[in-house]
Amino acid sequence: MNQNSIAVDVENVVKRYDSVTALHGVSMDIREGEFFTLLGPSGCGKTTLLRCIAGFEDVTEGAIRLRGEDIAPLPPHRRPVNTVFQQYALFPHMTVLENVSFGLRRRGWIEMDAEARAREVLELVQLKDFAQRRPGQLSGGQQQRVALARALAPNPEVLLLDEPLSALDLKLRQAVRVELKQIQRETGIAFVFVTHDQEEALTMSDRIAVMSEGYVQQIGTPRDIYEAPLNRFVADFIGETNLLDVEVAAVSEGMAEVFLPGGLALRCPAAASAVAGRGHLSVRPERISIGPKSAETLPATVTDHVYLGTDIHLHARLVDGEPILVRMQNSESSGIPERGSELGLRFEAGAARLLVD
Amino acid sequence: MIKPLDLRRFTGFRALTILCLVVLYAPLIIVAIYSFNDSTSITRWGGFSLKWYVDVFTGPDAPKFRNAAINSFTIAIGAATCATIIATAAAVAMNRAGRFRGKVASLALINLPLMVPEIVTAVASLIFFITIGFKTGLMTIFIAHLVFCIPFAYLPISARMQSVPDVYEQAAMDLYATPWEAFRLILLPLMIPGILSGFLLAFIISLDDFLITNFVKGAGIETLPTAIFGSVKQGIKPNIMAISTLLLGVSVVFVTLSWFIGRAGQSKN
Amino acid sequence: MAAAAPAGATRSEIYRGNGPRLMLPVWAFIGIFLVLPVLLMAIYSFLTKEFRGGVIWEITLAAYDQFFLDRGLFGDEPPQIEWTYIGIFWRSIWQAGLATFFCLLIGFPTAWFIATRNAAVRPVWLFLVTIPYWVNLLIRTVSMKFLIRDTGPLNEFLLWLGVISEPLSLINTNFAVQLGLFYSYLPFMVLPVYAAVERYDFALSEAAADLYADNWTTLRLVILPVVKPGIVAGCILVFVPSLGAFLAPDLLGGAKTFMIGSLIEEQFKGAAGNWPFGAAAAMILLTIVLGVLLLHARAQAKGGR
Repeated sequence: MNQNSIAVDVENVVKRYDSVTALHGVSMDIREGEFFTLLGPSGCGKTTLLRCIAGFEDVTEGAIRLRGEDIAPLPPHRRPVNTVFQQYALFPHMTVLENVSFGLRRRGWIEMDAEARAREVLELVQLKDFAQRRPGQLSGGQQQRVALARALAPNPEVLLLDEPLSALDLKLRQAVRVELKQIQRETGIAFVFVTHDQEEALTMSDRIAVMSEGYVQQIGTPRDIYEAPLNRFVADFIGETNLLDVEVAAVSEGMAEVFLPGGLALRCPAAASAVAGRGHLSVRPERISIGPKSAETLPATVTDHVYLGTDIHLHARLVDGEPILVRMQNSESSGIPERGSELGLRFEAGAARLLVD
Repeated sequence: MIKPLDLRRFTGFRALTILCLVVLYAPLIIVAIYSFNDSTSITRWGGFSLKWYVDVFTGPDAPKFRNAAINSFTIAIGAATCATIIATAAAVAMNRAGRFRGKVASLALINLPLMVPEIVTAVASLIFFITIGFKTGLMTIFIAHLVFCIPFAYLPISARMQSVPDVYEQAAMDLYATPWEAFRLILLPLMIPGILSGFLLAFIISLDDFLITNFVKGAGIETLPTAIFGSVKQGIKPNIMAISTLLLGVSVVFVTLSWFIGRAGQSKN
Repeated sequence: MAAAAPAGATRSEIYRGNGPRLMLPVWAFIGIFLVLPVLLMAIYSFLTKEFRGGVIWEITLAAYDQFFLDRGLFGDEPPQIEWTYIGIFWRSIWQAGLATFFCLLIGFPTAWFIATRNAAVRPVWLFLVTIPYWVNLLIRTVSMKFLIRDTGPLNEFLLWLGVISEPLSLINTNFAVQLGLFYSYLPFMVLPVYAAVERYDFALSEAAADLYADNWTTLRLVILPVVKPGIVAGCILVFVPSLGAFLAPDLLGGAKTFMIGSLIEEQFKGAAGNWPFGAAAAMILLTIVLGVLLLHARAQAKGGR
């Protein structure tokens, strides 16, 4: 399967309910065989978009094309996509095997073939000994895998996953991530994965679409999204960051001249649409180091520190009163600065990034 | 929390509960006991006997009561079955079909038989059948029963449907099931407890009805309640007590049945 | 946040577009065999009576005139208010109201008592209260008649105890009708009140106790207001059928305890044979009942619960 051909083409999709607009003209291309994540806080429209692709919601405007074919007129049961539901929605009155072969039977497979295929998929998710159980007799993790097997069995063109890990506890969730990614690679099916958990998104995805309030904020690889956020929302939502209020002297060719609080000048990368004036500079807490005050450092006063085991969070205040967070590794021998002590912060120009609001 | 139970306790409530149960059960239990009375005088106890039960099945009134019983059960089964089907369709419309014109009015219509006093329904039905020239008889009883059975069947069915999340049907349709397949293979099996309690409730309500039946039944056609009423008008005879006890038994069997179905339905989810 | 409500909890539209089709049987059966008959009955109440049942299709207000106004034996005196039928209605309302009151008086403590049992035995108590609800009303009324007859087991028992020396004459009294109504509809009170009490959050009682309220004060100021919707529902479920009741007044009462149900029944099945008058009385009863239900619906809509 060609990695670069388009599996799902979402073009300018608008979804309006009576008074609420859930999607304001959303566009994205999901490629064949990729693990694509829709990431955003609850209410951002990610689930709505997923349900539009599955066919449970009508699109108000725009188009969704599956391998080039407009699927708007197709009801859910005629769309060659399958869904792993948030609470799995395993049919409680059927066995695991009946659940997994359900889709195949509806597509007209005879019972024997459907059963053979179902067993094959159950083996893929390591549940072949549970074929005759009922969903109620399985653990949460096992139910999740049955749901995956059921959706994979008909070999869909695209697999949709609606926060499938949110019902699992933390330990299990981390194990399942690896497994899920592995299954995706083995089957080569494009996965569209919805989550509000940025860590989940970063660890599993080939590409991520960050959404907020019905708009796509940024689409890119996990590295792009984390290291080169386009705007304030993305920087703030993905990981922790400091957003410093700065004066922007000039912007040209992706670089900006800014003045930090205290007057220190800095030349750093800028988001495409940044302009001169006031702006926000994003600096990740782990990219800041501390040292004695000097002309090349950003002066700050320590207000508090939080001991987190592997890390220590240092809360400080800049000269203009703005709070700033520094994440120190616990290995540093210098010890933890006292509350009230004054020190100098430094970071590489490449670690900072000027954002659009 | 020293004694949390104290907040729930009110002096006298236990006594009133016992009183409530005594009032509810005393007449039924006493009639049941007297139905086994050997004496022909209905108030003097003359020893244990089954003779009134024998009388019910073989006595001079036996054919009358047998016909009435056949009519009652036929109508109850027919009306409850049709009401259950109609109520299931209505529940799907109300709970699974989104918005449509006349939805609010439809709900009011379903509940209308519960709101109109029985005597008014009885009078209106009689006037209607007479005016359109419909011959009163078994058919008119059946139609009248079907109408007032619909809301009783609808209540448990709709309640059950609300408690079954529609994500199961969505999952089915996502797996290529047509809407009809999603209904038949997923919703219907999950609805069985609700449908059974709806049917049983409608059945009992139909079996129970006297007033409307008495208005719309044709001459010479009796159901058990109208036959019993006619007989009681001439004084309570011991064979009536035997019939009452038998019907009481039927009710107890049904309520027990529906109770266990309800519990089975609960434990499944 | 309608946009990202979890799948399944969203608006159920699986069978979208099929609503009217699925609702058709309800419209057909209840529409044709209940709404149409009631409308026809309304028309009948304005028609001219034919002796020995039936009507003549001539519009007249005679039925309502007969109900409300007294024009003397020959109909030529100046109209005065006719109290006979208004009196019957008034007695019915009074009896139904009294029955509702007594049902609440016994039903609330019963519902409360059951709802505060532990979870293992609660279904058994509930089951016991439910059984009579499923037993044929006619049989229950006949049983009551048997129990309280002059020579019935109740009198025998009281005579044997020596509490009374003469049998009590209970049958054919207002008391008997009252007892019959109370007994008929008591389960209708217990079940909705129970449903409300079961949902009651006992943390509220704890909070009230913490703020120095004793149990009875808590009942009055906290519990009753909170479970009021259940109580109101129970009262309506008892009051409405009591008002139009036929079996209890007919079997347990006599001429002096005549209620609306019997009045209407007599016009169609009995000797009176005045169909328009019966239809008019039924219309008035229907108006009262729908008025009560409408008031309740409005209060519910206003209270938002």
